[in-house]
Amino acid sequence: MPTDAQNTPHNAPALEFKSSTFSVPVLVLSSDDFVIIEQQLQKKTQLAPDFFKNSPVVFDVQWLNKQNLALDIKTLAAIIRKAGLLPIGIRGGNDAQNKHALELGIPVYSVHNSLAAEPKKAEAAPQKTAESPVVPATKVETTLITHPVRSGQRLYAEGDLIILAQVSAGAEILAEGNIHVYGSLRGRALAGVQGNTGARIFCSQLAAELISIAGIYKISEDMRDVVRDKPVQIYLQEHALIIKEIT
Amino acid sequence: MARIIVVTSGKGGVGKTTTSAAIAMGLAKRGHKTAVIDFDVGLRNLDLIMGCERRVVYDFINVINGEASLNQALIRDKHCDQLYILPASQTRDKDALTQEGVGKVLEELSKDFQYVVCDSPAGIERGAHLAMYFADDAFVVTNPEVSSVRDSDRMLGLLSSKSRRAERNEEPIKEYLLLSRYAPDRVKLGDMLSVDDVQDILSLHLLGVIPESKSVLTASNSGVPVILDDKSDAGQAYADIVARYLGEDKPHRFIDEKKGLLAKLFGGK
Repeated sequence: MPTDAQNTPHNAPALEFKSSTFSVPVLVLSSDDFVIIEQQLQKKTQLAPDFFKNSPVVFDVQWLNKQNLALDIKTLAAIIRKAGLLPIGIRGGNDAQNKHALELGIPVYSVHNSLAAEPKKAEAAPQKTAESPVVPATKVETTLITHPVRSGQRLYAEGDLIILAQVSAGAEILAEGNIHVYGSLRGRALAGVQGNTGARIFCSQLAAELISIAGIYKISEDMRDVVRDKPVQIYLQEHALIIKEIT
Repeated sequence: MARIIVVTSGKGGVGKTTTSAAIAMGLAKRGHKTAVIDFDVGLRNLDLIMGCERRVVYDFINVINGEASLNQALIRDKHCDQLYILPASQTRDKDALTQEGVGKVLEELSKDFQYVVCDSPAGIERGAHLAMYFADDAFVVTNPEVSSVRDSDRMLGLLSSKSRRAERNEEPIKEYLLLSRYAPDRVKLGDMLSVDDVQDILSLHLLGVIPESKSVLTASNSGVPVILDDKSDAGQAYADIVARYLGEDKPHRFIDEKKGLLAKLFGGK
């Protein structure tokens, strides 16, 4: 959305600011031992070198700071770069850490947004410390369903949910990420159930009983007739559900 | 090994028992040794439809409890010597069915029968669950009206998630749609869902359409499975269904409106 583009007759705008949502892996740290961090990070990135090569990453030190384990950001950033990743943000840092990060040109992200978006993961991370202290928080987990989702069935996906068949009336599909239905959507579809307001629902025929993104919902009766039975995408814009036909 | 077929629907009164009786008789008539089991413990009906109610001595529950052997409880049909009926108990309820017991009976039947037809009770509780749990194929009987279609959809969900095949991660149960009590003239008036409407909602392979027919009631009351009435449209529809199930290619009938006598005489094409 243009926010500060000025349209004067002689001076066409050379730039404009637009808002976009990106999916970025978050490196949640639960150890302050740089040797271990470096070893495990190398090991993780070697699992999928192409995926991680030059990948942007936000690192999260919130849990460490709660245990009063303040990491040196400069060393950490160097380790991350050495593993082939590009740190583009810090989350959950203390004042000194944030200052160091800014000096390195690494922006500071507020922890509140992330908490609202991923309370489950924030809780789950510390428990996993024993076996895998380095957990990318936004791991891309996609659930693929190839059979029809029948009335009375309930599906939950921690990431995105892709359904290559119909979703019957009386069925309920939930995802923490996006929902794609390549068939008619007659049941209930709830995307971004952990508060991800950037989640979207896509379907090739909208006949849903209810649609919801991050808890904001619309029932069948409130859907306009022009979008009914059409291929649509559904997303949130300023706390309002937008149903838009895909043409 | 026998093929275990469950005849199910979720909703009551759609024609499960009529279908079970007809399908079992159809398979047996074609020379396949077939057993049909009534799972509706407490509301025994299959014996009436099959016309063997006066010959019931032991029942399914007696066999499960070890009070009678399977051979003692099985009733040979009077019309076809390849067909056997295992009646339900009328004095007990569905809690008398145990997964282990049902499994044992089906396993034993599988040894000498080619097909075992399980007539499921309505609902999705214990009786219906155990009727479909061990199935290889499911005949989902649906009437062309919204509540029946939704219940069938629910049943299909259970078939794909709560059966033994699903739990063992085996090849899923093969599901077939049987649309019963179909009246093309009412579809034309818009009172009834059409075959296409139902298939659109259920997206399921259609095995056959059974027209609404007086012969079904007559057959039930006289205790002769309707498939034996080869003059009746419903009887022919079931015969087609059995043929299609066994892999024959039969065009679908009874979907379009019957021509009246005058149209037949003068209409030509």
